[in-house]
Amino acid sequence: MSLSAIRAEARPLVITGARIVDPTSGLDAIGSVVVVDGLIRDVARGAAPGVPEGATIIEARGKALLPGLIDMRVFVGEPGAEHRETFASAGQAAAAGGVTTIVTMPDTDPVIDDVALVDFIARLARDTAAVNVLPMAALTKGLKGREMTEFGLLGAAGAVGFTDGRHSITNALVLRRALTYARDFGALIMHHPADPDLVGSGVMNEGETATRLGLPGIPREAEIIMLERDIRIAALTGGRYHAAQISCAASLDIIRRAKKQGLAVSCGVSATHLALNERDVGPYRTFYRLAPPLRDEDDRLAMIEGVADGSIDVIVSSHDPQDVDTKRHPFAEAADGAVGLETLLAAALRPVHNGEASLASVVRALSARPAELLGLPSGRIAAGAPADLILVDLEQPWICEADKLHSRSKNTPFEGARFEGRVLMTLVGGRTVYKDNEA
Amino acid sequence: MTRENPTSTARLPAFAHRHLLGIEGLTPPEILTLLDLAEEAVDISRQVEKKKAVLRGRTQINLFFEASTRTQSSFELAGKRLGADVMNMSVGSSSVKKGETLIDTAMTLNAMNPDILVVRHHAAGAVHLLAQKVGCSVINAGDGAHEHPTQALLDALTIRRHKGGFGELVVAICGDILHSRVARSNILLLNALGAQVRCVGPSTLLPKALDRLGVEIFTDMKSGLRDADIVMMLRLQRERMDGSFVPSVREYFHFFGLDQEKLAFAKPDALVMHPGPMNRGVEIDSAVADGAQSLIREQVEMGVAVRMAVLEALSAHLPNRPGAA
Repeated sequence: MSLSAIRAEARPLVITGARIVDPTSGLDAIGSVVVVDGLIRDVARGAAPGVPEGATIIEARGKALLPGLIDMRVFVGEPGAEHRETFASAGQAAAAGGVTTIVTMPDTDPVIDDVALVDFIARLARDTAAVNVLPMAALTKGLKGREMTEFGLLGAAGAVGFTDGRHSITNALVLRRALTYARDFGALIMHHPADPDLVGSGVMNEGETATRLGLPGIPREAEIIMLERDIRIAALTGGRYHAAQISCAASLDIIRRAKKQGLAVSCGVSATHLALNERDVGPYRTFYRLAPPLRDEDDRLAMIEGVADGSIDVIVSSHDPQDVDTKRHPFAEAADGAVGLETLLAAALRPVHNGEASLASVVRALSARPAELLGLPSGRIAAGAPADLILVDLEQPWICEADKLHSRSKNTPFEGARFEGRVLMTLVGGRTVYKDNEA
Repeated sequence: MTRENPTSTARLPAFAHRHLLGIEGLTPPEILTLLDLAEEAVDISRQVEKKKAVLRGRTQINLFFEASTRTQSSFELAGKRLGADVMNMSVGSSSVKKGETLIDTAMTLNAMNPDILVVRHHAAGAVHLLAQKVGCSVINAGDGAHEHPTQALLDALTIRRHKGGFGELVVAICGDILHSRVARSNILLLNALGAQVRCVGPSTLLPKALDRLGVEIFTDMKSGLRDADIVMMLRLQRERMDGSFVPSVREYFHFFGLDQEKLAFAKPDALVMHPGPMNRGVEIDSAVADGAQSLIREQVEMGVAVRMAVLEALSAHLPNRPGAA
């Protein structure tokens, strides 16, 4: 379906017989949703209270209707690396993965650290992407970790938060000032906690696997120490701090403690880290080279526990398109990153199917919680909310094939992986942007 | 399957690999098969007529992304003694993006239909990557800090010729274990053949979770060498002696350099090995390196023999079959 056709679709819509799962209201029941003018007008248990004239009716037949996913960490490639991903291709990948809102990282060429560039992204995305695109702007100019950007003006231009993306702020004073200044605007500061000195030349988790492979390791302390520092600075300043991704059990303890203290602290984990561990690197498979690195099984299980009990706020894809020019290298010389938009939901559902986390906890971390952090009206199935909805067959088995990904880059660590749970249909603002042809 | 040399391959039922990428993945019988073959190669190499025809007509390319004199010439001699046409290619780490050079060079060479590629690269796993992209047999001549299988095989051959076997032996591998592919391959091989392996070095040069590889760990030479049958020293790279991993050469030699005094902690008939090139006065004292207990020069001789054995073992699985268009 072409984008113009999608945009033109404005008829009212009624979805009936769906298992509506909305963690915000606690609803998990068979019911109907009425969509008019891109907004949810009604949510009802059982049949729809009134069907608007000329409405399209979708029979869900008991399939799950979830809030569209909101992915807080997506690297696109446009501007500067369009051969890896554009807003158009990322939008298609997102739609196919049930992601209705992507939050893009400023690590592009040029870096998104200027009002005009935020505006450019917003326009470009509006014209070419099938889903909502919300840019995060750089936290420091040029991602150099020295001078903060114009939080107020950038925020007014549409930046939903501030981050240096893959880069960590080593200078504690810079972070202190940024968190202090951001407080005046209520701005969210997202940080990748990884001490570059401790990371050193490391390319995977420090431990037995790295030792066997002869690869330099990254100690967990690179993350733990910087996260601990960040939390102290968050406490000092009262700013809103979000750790983009954590990967170790000890980091989870730090987050839990901070929350207990009542700090405005939150964190994310990637669905890949919920599904895989360092052993998956196997014989130097560069698609498993990530930042932070895949850790060991105990860490993976801790991450699932953190999602299950809500200590970890959001699950992200950390979608990072890379091509053969950056990945077809010896492991130590390859780039970090994996695509993940199209496997986000399926990978995040694994703990649900394994009985390790409730469906509501996972869905909350994929929709309601990121919406809260970003101050969005979406992420819930309630009257008045945007009709960003996905219809999902939670049980449908499928096998991930890299060639079938919509993303322009195929660097998935899930090639050949067996999943349960497939997106059947994705609605953004009431418009159908994706339909599973195999369903 | 057509085989060019049935008399030689018939003796090799236990070796069914197309590549030699590491000691990992080899079974003890396969390792022993290689050592037996190498014994024959030692005899051949001591004759006037040093040639065998196992690789006649075959092309062997030695592709070295890292400088090496001894390993490269050892592979060259081994290939020539088996009748192969050997070409040496040294590709320095140029200004081109390193990995790009690797794959591009490999594909270019592959198009020339070589039968065997012998590869050394500074990045762990580079040889695995290359083996996936080419159609010929690939031998790992050292990849980063990962493996150097022919070095471990030649060390094993040297040990077996002097000690008869591996069962009761205590082998102490000393020095920079962290960056050493020689250590990793030796740990795997010696463990597979039943020796007791120790690693001795300062903690900054011992990788994390090393004990999980089945070795005992020591941070001082006195306890590490106690009752050792074999003392295997490793080279310490110059750039690691300046305070980054150890404070100074002087301090390193004082605590970990093998001199007569430290060697005396080992068994009286203990033997000393070193993969070379040696840093005399850094990890080993000249008196020990050139002394009666040293096997260092013999290791070099065994190197050629072991590489002949590996080439011969792989010869049953080479591409470009006879008669193929």
